[in-house]
Amino acid sequence: MGVSPPRGPGGDGPTPRNHGTPLSENLYNRIVDRITSGMGRVISWMVLLMVVIGAFNALARWGGKWIGVNLSSNLYLELQWYLFSLIFLLGAGYALKENAHVRVDVLYGRLKARSRALINVVGSVVMLMPFCLFVLWVSWPAIRNSWVVREGSPDPSGLPRYPIKAVIIVAFVLLLAQGVVQLIKDIRVLRSGADADADADDAHAGIRL
Amino acid sequence: MENILAPLMFVVVFAIIFSGYPVAFALGGASLLFAFIGVELGLFDWNLLYAMPERIFGVMSNQVLLAVPFFIFMGLVLEKARLAEDLLTTIGTLFGHMRGGLALGVVVVGAMLAAATGVVGASVVAMGSISLPVMLRYKYSARLSSGVILASGTLGQIIPPSIVLVVLADQLGISVGDLFIGGLIPGLTLAALYAVYVMGVAAVKPEAAPALPPEMTDIPARELLQRVVVVLLPPLALILIVLGSIFAGVATPTEAGAIGSVGAIGLAAARRRMSWKVVRDACTGTTKLTTMVMFLLIGSTAFALVFRGLYGDIWIEDLLTGLPGGKIGLLLVANLTIFLLGFFLDFFEIAFIIIPLLVPAASLLGIDLVWFGVMIGMNLQTSFLTPPFGFALFYLRGVAPPEVKTTDLYRAVIPFIVIQLIGLLLIIQWPALVTGLVD
Repeated sequence: MGVSPPRGPGGDGPTPRNHGTPLSENLYNRIVDRITSGMGRVISWMVLLMVVIGAFNALARWGGKWIGVNLSSNLYLELQWYLFSLIFLLGAGYALKENAHVRVDVLYGRLKARSRALINVVGSVVMLMPFCLFVLWVSWPAIRNSWVVREGSPDPSGLPRYPIKAVIIVAFVLLLAQGVVQLIKDIRVLRSGADADADADDAHAGIRL
Repeated sequence: MENILAPLMFVVVFAIIFSGYPVAFALGGASLLFAFIGVELGLFDWNLLYAMPERIFGVMSNQVLLAVPFFIFMGLVLEKARLAEDLLTTIGTLFGHMRGGLALGVVVVGAMLAAATGVVGASVVAMGSISLPVMLRYKYSARLSSGVILASGTLGQIIPPSIVLVVLADQLGISVGDLFIGGLIPGLTLAALYAVYVMGVAAVKPEAAPALPPEMTDIPARELLQRVVVVLLPPLALILIVLGSIFAGVATPTEAGAIGSVGAIGLAAARRRMSWKVVRDACTGTTKLTTMVMFLLIGSTAFALVFRGLYGDIWIEDLLTGLPGGKIGLLLVANLTIFLLGFFLDFFEIAFIIIPLLVPAASLLGIDLVWFGVMIGMNLQTSFLTPPFGFALFYLRGVAPPEVKTTDLYRAVIPFIVIQLIGLLLIIQWPALVTGLVD
């Protein structure tokens, strides 16, 4: 990507990219990886749609002022930030898969694949997953309530609020699911690395003997 | 006891961020950890955390940050359609007949590109990979070339419409338009100072910045004019329209960004550079970068919620307002902290975590927040340039040919760091450079 990638070599990530998701991958990883990638593609189109709607809103407001008729509507104005919300909320899991969440890699950038995998395993278990569960836990009552009362927009002709609030739940579930995939992959790196190191130790032992 | 827990949280959270785990989640997870500890010790009310969904919803419906994806998209289209690259070669040819001309081209394009994308890494990498080989081929010294590229590439932060200024304005609670206006003169002043320095070097050490060979620049005037009209003017016009409409109050930054995005697609199409690949790359890039920035904000929101619940904000405010020297003391400490953090943290992390902690103290001491924002921007830009940690250096190192040594890069930026400090002193001495044009 062109703009401000995660700093330095951390951008390569500890795990090999899994675009194709080989058949040897377990079923869970394959399914979730596929959902996440699909989501990434859908969101990319939303970006284009948002650009079109944003430009329409601007032109409608100016044009409307010019001819004295209100061409724009709260519907399109709200659609614009709904799309923005969908992009970054549903993009969270995708960005995790693509290693696009920024890291401070003063140290991380210098570590070997195994040490990176270790940090990611601990981070997934202690940081990411509890945080996702926490957000789901504290958001559930409010969002459920919004859904039950079919919360609408405070503005005339605005969009209903309850579906977009429910996206918070969807987003963190997807993020959590992708987090588990990354965890499994990182554990694999950790274990294969351990084997390689053990072999190396054996080799040394062999030489010493 | 709460006096200890808040500072402890501050230290531990930073330690965890430094592990290299994605900052957004490290912030979220660590905050949760301290919420638990706080509840166990009876210092924190768990019910405060039920504000989280409302905060996330606030981030979603934030009308200021809505401008971010539009500016990213606009910059990515200009870059992916290689319009930025053309800009550089054309300006290089235009100034090529004079000594130091190529380097001047880099300064001008840096200011323009920066205005279009506003993201440091992109500009440094783009300009480094396009112009460094060209400059070296025409016998520019490695030092001057890399210095100019580093400085011009980082200038983007404070030249509007950079997304960094959008985020900063949101966190400072000021209008984006005001911060854009405030950043304009300091940014252009820096660009002018870079240009003066380049011409100075060309005059004193002609061998460091030779003119292009005549066969490169002897293009019929008509053809050159045509190139300027086709390549140079359209992007310039786009940037002027985007900025002009914001400054004139005709458009909100979001509207201007949306129109600018469509304009960038139009420019690329007019040059027959538009393809599905360009659109797709720009869309994917926008998705990743927008998500990164916004999740950082969500993580920081969790941090702020818990930190405040532990009275950390009051601790920081007391600390900052109680400094010896009052206003000067605060500015000194704030600048020094931000400068040092800039070695390790990106602009966005600093904007989301540190700036909200500084704002209350700064307003209390009567500091103008537009001026404060521009100063922070310039300070961070300097920090990104400063060896050995400055992260523009890493970006350029990544794309520089091996014959440019890392020590060349370190020495290259020194004159530019001096220029930055001069710029910083100028706006401290004459705040009107920033605030003069605002309202």
